[in-house]
Amino acid sequence: MYRLREMLIAVAVSAASVMSAHAQSANRFPGIGRTATPAEVAAWDIDVRPDFKGLPKGSGSVAKGQAVWESKCASCHGVFGESNEVFSPLIGGTSEADIKSGRVANLLRSDYPGRTTLMKLSSLSTLWDYINRAMPWNQPKSLSTEEVYAVTAFMLNLGGIVPDDFVLSDKNMADVQKRLPNRNGVSTAHALWPGTELPGTTTKPDVVGTACMSNCPVEPKLASMLPDFARNAHGNLAAQNRMVGAQRGADTSRATGAVAAATPVQAAAPASPAKAPAPAEAAAAPNDLLQKNTCTACHAPDSKLIGPSWKDIAAKHSGKSEYLAGKIKNGGAGVWGNIPMPPQALTTDEAKKIADWLAAGAGR
Amino acid sequence: MDLKNYPQGRLQKAPENFLDRSAIATVVQEARSGRRNFMRSAFAAAAAGAVAPMAMAQSTAPNDGDPSILKLPEHSTGLGKAVATDGYGKPSKYEANVQRRTSPGLTQTTQASVSFAPLQSLFGIVTPAGLHFERHHQGWWDIDPSKHRLMINGMVKAPRVFTMDELMRLPSVSRFAFIECGANTGMEWGNVAVPTCQYSHGMISCSEFTGVPLITLLELAGADLKQGKFVLAEGADGSSMTRTIPMSLIRSGEVMVAYGQNGEMLRPENGYPLRLVVPGVQGVSWVKYLRRLEVGDQPYGTKDEVLHYVDLMPDGTHRQYTSIQECKSVVTTPSGGQVLLDKGFYNITGLAWSGRGKVKRVDVSVDGGRNWRSARLEGPVMSKCLTRFNLDWVWDGKPTVIQSRAMDETGYVQPTYRQLRAVRGSRSIYHNNAVQSWLVQESGEVKNVQTS
Repeated sequence: MYRLREMLIAVAVSAASVMSAHAQSANRFPGIGRTATPAEVAAWDIDVRPDFKGLPKGSGSVAKGQAVWESKCASCHGVFGESNEVFSPLIGGTSEADIKSGRVANLLRSDYPGRTTLMKLSSLSTLWDYINRAMPWNQPKSLSTEEVYAVTAFMLNLGGIVPDDFVLSDKNMADVQKRLPNRNGVSTAHALWPGTELPGTTTKPDVVGTACMSNCPVEPKLASMLPDFARNAHGNLAAQNRMVGAQRGADTSRATGAVAAATPVQAAAPASPAKAPAPAEAAAAPNDLLQKNTCTACHAPDSKLIGPSWKDIAAKHSGKSEYLAGKIKNGGAGVWGNIPMPPQALTTDEAKKIADWLAAGAGR
Repeated sequence: MDLKNYPQGRLQKAPENFLDRSAIATVVQEARSGRRNFMRSAFAAAAAGAVAPMAMAQSTAPNDGDPSILKLPEHSTGLGKAVATDGYGKPSKYEANVQRRTSPGLTQTTQASVSFAPLQSLFGIVTPAGLHFERHHQGWWDIDPSKHRLMINGMVKAPRVFTMDELMRLPSVSRFAFIECGANTGMEWGNVAVPTCQYSHGMISCSEFTGVPLITLLELAGADLKQGKFVLAEGADGSSMTRTIPMSLIRSGEVMVAYGQNGEMLRPENGYPLRLVVPGVQGVSWVKYLRRLEVGDQPYGTKDEVLHYVDLMPDGTHRQYTSIQECKSVVTTPSGGQVLLDKGFYNITGLAWSGRGKVKRVDVSVDGGRNWRSARLEGPVMSKCLTRFNLDWVWDGKPTVIQSRAMDETGYVQPTYRQLRAVRGSRSIYHNNAVQSWLVQESGEVKNVQTS
């Protein structure tokens, strides 16, 4: 009886101390923070969990998804989500058998050339959530709820997971989840989770080395090194090492074994691609405009990204400001390759400023 | 580093970025057949074409002596520059080679991309903020701190909002921690793909971070610390990056909401004005531009927990929520792409770290792994922080392979490539912590090699 009473007191005391962490902390830090309004929480709390907590009511059809896809997604991801041009492919590599088993057979093949999003996707919420929060890449959070459902449905349709006439909605997400090709292909049975909350995790590492100190077994040969002709592929390493100290960078612009001894190291190139001297009269780049209108998502000063470099455009269309302004406003395809440039929603004045700068040599 | 930028399955063929198809075939063929004694032939080739390196900056002493001594320079005979000539000073102009850099062809865009810290040129354990490696998923921003807010919602008494002013009024802590991208060294899983330690190991940096322990903020918001087993961290940038953090780690007090880095505010590229600091855990969890924390009872299955930052095992399953960066080390000098100036004395130096605690020991081999000596650890050795090691070495001018192998306080020993691949294969992309090998050729030139 006495022991029981002691235990009850102990429980009560510990409960009180747990309960009061908040009160103590609030007392300790008066005036710090305030309660968020419901509207504020709604504006930011957009995540959707694998159990679909947070999923907004709504629906979208495969057909609608195709329309959205072609106008907002295909320029980066390809018409069928297969493009490897900008980002790695989204669709492909899964089969009807995978949909049945929930395991993607191609993941066992070391010769299979890539892993698509659908080959890895184990929770449908993840796809919906990411499209909703981060797509399109240069205009994140601009899609309506219907568009997010529709694009998700279209991608699933491309992967053969839902039929052509399918309408994805908050009501049937859980059913579609049961058809994901890789739903059974994941595990948390490892020692790399820094907590105790996930099923199967362990504190025992799967790989451990050996601390042998002398006369240890060694590999008989060098199995891999860069071939000589790739030696300058990361730029001249002489310009990537300090010019004073115990060693210098190898002059990789010359054959292996050659040392940069005789020639002083050239002034360093910055992390961005080497700057070409711009014509003296060229106006400075309208960087604010280029960033504001997300031109820089597809174009860079000296190197081809998704579209041609400023330098290449300037060289090809020197002096043709009017033509360039039209291309910026209306978009186009075929001049520089297959990937289309969508029409851009900027003012005529902005388009003209950028076009003038390009036509004048695209200076820095 | 993010999976989507390592087109999957092309990992094996990482050199594709700069090799054409037939070249790859040649390399593979050479490795598989014919050249059984690749090491010896590599040495022979190096010896044949080699000229002993000359010291480049050594003083030459003609008749009277070194002109650098005899002829007084301008800086000894003139008036120098004024104080505050540069209100926020910059490195010497002679340090212009020391830059963070991108790996050509690694990513197709410059906003979803990565730049590597120049480990070969850094001293000690602190990464200068301007050389900190970068990983952005949708470009970086310079955010007005007066308009930045942090919200805490989910399983809390009442959802709460903090301004930067309020967060910076709270009691602060300052702690050193390394941050390493889960994909650091990811290009090297299958074979050698890059020339220098900047590209092979440069997605790691280390700073002193200043901020508020996350547990303090959760208590202030009245979070349910018992049922709320997970916290979602979310960024304010375009991708609104999200990651799940375990409550047990937060309760330990290690996880921090940081605004300071090495005595200044965070740099914009590193999340100004607010980022999460999760010591020992891969960089993707250190959410930048941190805007929201949600307390929940289940993990969140975010894009970077389901589609990227998942480790493919040989049996075709993906490990999810792999977060801890296991014990690892790399010799930074001499390292790939460098040329030793001459025979004689060198200080072998490098970095070691463990996401599970303190580095206990680092062993270095200068004979390809047959014999090892324990290096000096520069103190203080801190938990989940870079540790600098040094070892005396006299180079006899003969070709050799230099390696380092770290051990942490849990007894974990950094594995070799053979040991790592035996369990995880070579398609994991993430969490490659194998022992690194540098071949010192007779010419003094150092090359990135793998011995298995």
